[in-house]
Amino acid sequence: MISAQYRGVWTLFKKEVWRFWRVAFQTLASPVLTALLYLLIFSHVLEDRVQVYEDVPYTAFLIPGLMMMSMLQNAFANTSSSLIQSKVMGNLVFILLTPLSYLQLFIAFLGASIIRGLAVGLAIFLVSVWFVHLPIANLAWILVFALFGCALLGTFGVIAGIWAEKFDQMAAFQNFVIMPLTFLSGVFYSIHSLPGFWQTVSKFNPFFYMIDGFRYGFFGKSDVSPWLSLVVVMAFLVLLTWVTLKMLKSGYKLRG
Amino acid sequence: MVTPAVSIESIQKQFGKLNALKGIDLTIEQGEFFGLLGPNGAGKSTLINLMAGLLKPTHGQIKVMGHDVQKDYQQSRQNLGVVPQELVFDPFFNVREMLRFQAGYFGRGPENDAWVDEVIESLGLADKANTNMRRLSGGMKRRALIAQALAHKPPVIVLDEPTAGVDVELRQMLWDFIKRLNRDGHTIILTTHYLEEAETLCGRVAMMKAGEIVALDTTENMLRQFAGKNLCLKLKGSLPASLLPMLKHGENNLFTLGLNELGQVEYALSELRKAHVDVEDMQLIEADLEDVFLSIVGKGSSA
Ligand SMILES: Nc1ncnc2c1ncn2[C@@H]1O[C@H](COP(=O)(O)OP(=O)(O)OP(=O)(O)O)[C@@H](O)[C@H]1O
Ligand SMILES: [Mg+2]
Repeated sequence: MISAQYRGVWTLFKKEVWRFWRVAFQTLASPVLTALLYLLIFSHVLEDRVQVYEDVPYTAFLIPGLMMMSMLQNAFANTSSSLIQSKVMGNLVFILLTPLSYLQLFIAFLGASIIRGLAVGLAIFLVSVWFVHLPIANLAWILVFALFGCALLGTFGVIAGIWAEKFDQMAAFQNFVIMPLTFLSGVFYSIHSLPGFWQTVSKFNPFFYMIDGFRYGFFGKSDVSPWLSLVVVMAFLVLLTWVTLKMLKSGYKLRG
Repeated sequence: MVTPAVSIESIQKQFGKLNALKGIDLTIEQGEFFGLLGPNGAGKSTLINLMAGLLKPTHGQIKVMGHDVQKDYQQSRQNLGVVPQELVFDPFFNVREMLRFQAGYFGRGPENDAWVDEVIESLGLADKANTNMRRLSGGMKRRALIAQALAHKPPVIVLDEPTAGVDVELRQMLWDFIKRLNRDGHTIILTTHYLEEAETLCGRVAMMKAGEIVALDTTENMLRQFAGKNLCLKLKGSLPASLLPMLKHGENNLFTLGLNELGQVEYALSELRKAHVDVEDMQLIEADLEDVFLSIVGKGSSA
């Protein structure tokens, strides 16, 4: 039984989870299908030509990256689309009228986006292990990067959702920020295979660290130390959380 | 002294250069049925949004049941239920789910479900309770919107034009229900452009114009002081010039004269006799809130 004090935040969390679960075909099945199509095409084309790590077939190498990419995109999509939709529809007022604090609001939205990210990641894992053998070198690292990666992008989604006023602004955010960062993060390759300049560029991309650290959990091998990746991810998470809470507390774009 | 339901102290609100509220002072006591009237753009919704914490005041302070809406926002919002003017809804859920969520945000759990069902019943939503919000008709959406504001059974209920676009049946239902809540001790604050509604329901009204309160009194006093009675005349001929100052409106051969006291009937008739204008028909009508409204807020503006 939940006490009245926590019921508000619990209810909002539950509602946000239901919201994507109701349209699971679009929010879960569709990203899983997309990831599997990538897997099919890239592994078919590159399996015999690319070997990133010794003893790791390219298809297996690809799976953690695709999982992480999908988790990040969906965690972002959950908070950002929920906020922008309720802003455009006007029903965000139902939440703004309640005694929920800005911190509770953040926790509920973020919690639901983490659930969606993890659900997508798990689904891709469960489907792909039917086809490919995937080792698990260290489960703890897998879970840590999954959790904090989703949290980071869920938080980023809150910022985008508060900032954007129209759907096309949100689409621009998706297409010009999220997509390039995910694709240029080493999902499909090891950055060691890149020319020096692009290796350096990649190291400024936080997505690279999330994917590299996550992959370490499966293969025990990575481009940089998982500890370094963890530090980078945590630093970004702390920074974005701080920005988000500032925005929510000030009522920026939400309470005029 | 009992804590007022709402106390508003020198509230100002600016939107850029626009001075939407220019210093509002208003106290609404617990248990009142209060009407907030004024033409479009007067600032009624702005004032309500400030009470709800949806907007921040440029200056001044508002308390709901003694709690500052900025500093003690959790307590003040706990005490407040607001029906927004815009017809908004969440397309993902059905009516009952939405109401339970809404109550849940306020910390209410399963013990509150009976109340939610009562709200559903009382607003005629029973056979739509499991219908997705998206599929409701406009009037039904309005009912659901009202129900959402009541889901946590707040002591202070603010209705921003709740009867815009709803049929006679709901108006009847809504007012029966709201009157019952008022009898049970809930404070009701209402804005409406249907002045006969305000007249029959509200014990006290404030009239707003261009961001200011221009009149504030009990409905009874307003009717007595400002309007008096109306004399409707059907004349063969035109109105004598001496009666023009009393004219409220006239078209063709129908004229309405405003009276401050009954003695003026005698005066009007004698002037007509002097001018040799025959009276075809004559009627004495109690002034209503609309007359008061027009005389205060100004002719040419509609409620
Ligand atoms: N968010 C906003 N930004 C800028 N101006 C606003 C905003 N909200 C309201 N206004 C302006 O403030 C004034 C008061 O608006 P308000 O909505 O409070 O009027 P109202 O009395 O509720 O009118 P109505 O009867 O049409 O609902 C109007 O001139 C309106 O254009
Ligand atoms: Mg309004």
